[in-house]
Amino acid sequence: MAWLSKSLNSSLGKKLLMAITGLFLVSFLLVHCGLNATVFLNDGGVTFNEGAEFMAKNPIIRTMEIVLFGGLLLHILDGLRLWMDNKKKRPVAYAVIDGAANSKWYSRSMGLLGTLLLLFLIIHLKHFWYFSRLTDNLTEEHTLYNEMQAIFASPAVVAIYVLGCISLAYHLLHGFQSAFQSLGWNHPKYTPTIKCIGAAYAIIIAALFAAMPIAFHFNLIH
Amino acid sequence: MEGNLNLTLKIWRQKNAQTAGKFETYQVSGISEDMSFLEMIDVLNNRLIEEGDDPVAFDHDCREGICGMCSMYINGRPHGPNKGVTTCQLHMRSFSDGQTITIEPWRAEAFPVIKDLVVNRSAFDRIIAAGGFISVNTGNAQDANSLPIPKDDADEAFAAAACIGCGACVAACKNASAMLFTSAKISQLALLPQGQAERSKRAEAMVAQMDEEGFGACSNTGACEAECPKGISIENIARMNREYFSSVFTSK
Repeated sequence: MAWLSKSLNSSLGKKLLMAITGLFLVSFLLVHCGLNATVFLNDGGVTFNEGAEFMAKNPIIRTMEIVLFGGLLLHILDGLRLWMDNKKKRPVAYAVIDGAANSKWYSRSMGLLGTLLLLFLIIHLKHFWYFSRLTDNLTEEHTLYNEMQAIFASPAVVAIYVLGCISLAYHLLHGFQSAFQSLGWNHPKYTPTIKCIGAAYAIIIAALFAAMPIAFHFNLIH
Repeated sequence: MEGNLNLTLKIWRQKNAQTAGKFETYQVSGISEDMSFLEMIDVLNNRLIEEGDDPVAFDHDCREGICGMCSMYINGRPHGPNKGVTTCQLHMRSFSDGQTITIEPWRAEAFPVIKDLVVNRSAFDRIIAAGGFISVNTGNAQDANSLPIPKDDADEAFAAAACIGCGACVAACKNASAMLFTSAKISQLALLPQGQAERSKRAEAMVAQMDEEGFGACSNTGACEAECPKGISIENIARMNREYFSSVFTSK
């Protein structure tokens, strides 16, 4: 297996790992966003709570939760490794850089956006994952839906969640199509479609996620 | 060739690889807008020589945009503000009177400064030597049409082969990555029948050499493609990824 670790430690291998774990996390976002969007059904959180309970009890989902944390950790560590390696490659910095002339700012800021996302994730996991999985505060009288209502009463929390969603949107805007390029999937037949789906995915997922704290805060859903 | 452009130049001056460099500021006046950027530096250097100063060292050879020797990072961009040109094909009409122009060498761990604006790009030669070649029989060249090659493949290989190895891709990349250069050299051979004999090992060998030289990884920003004077596409980088991993996962 020396051949595998050697190639995964090459400059191309690190990017392959980034792409595979990134696309895996993208697939998770779809499930997470889809389930949470049931709060917009305005049924007092009945469907949402049923979904949350299924996710909490189903053994396949619980196993995937461990895989998900593993994938997230790999994505973070590989990103950190790439950032540390890459910054050594230009020991003397340019005095003048006109980056806007040749590339998008968010494509050059994936490490920064990823760090913001990680900070947001720590807060977010504390709010809901820790509450529902590691404490016994969850009861028939105080459901996950009720907890969302309570958490999003604070305007500061809503602001943090909206900023987290903006970071996510830009991270996905570059990351989605970039993952396909790293996998070698650049072709006139597919690339325009991939870029289009990536942009739509980034905007729709982030907007839906951001709409949840806003809607709860302003009592737009019941 | 007298003109009416008066410019302030901030130029990186560095004695050699061992000493630290710094910016020096020079005023040049009466520059014609029909001059090339290198001719403008020639005017400055003539004056410096007459004044007994050390002229600014810079790389140049053909001065017609095909050799890939000129390599100046001008106002934050490799080869300056225009698209699809090398520094020698950049003309002073692209600048305005009274402008300050900052001129730096390519900055990369793998491209150490030799003097002033001249950097050592022999890392590229070693990447080529690692696998950017084909095996051919000695003797007379065979008939040009003995190997059937579809026109589309020939065009695509030719577009990759347009790379002049100037290193603007490395200079533009935030990671000082040489992926565009290396992928163009892999592609031009992978697309043609002549390149098939060494194909399975070529990408692995060239990527290993590229990493060893100290170039960074790819963030897919597309800056290299945007700044390449020959318009080399990042489709080549995707092809390199395919060539590399198909070799890694299928070779015995």
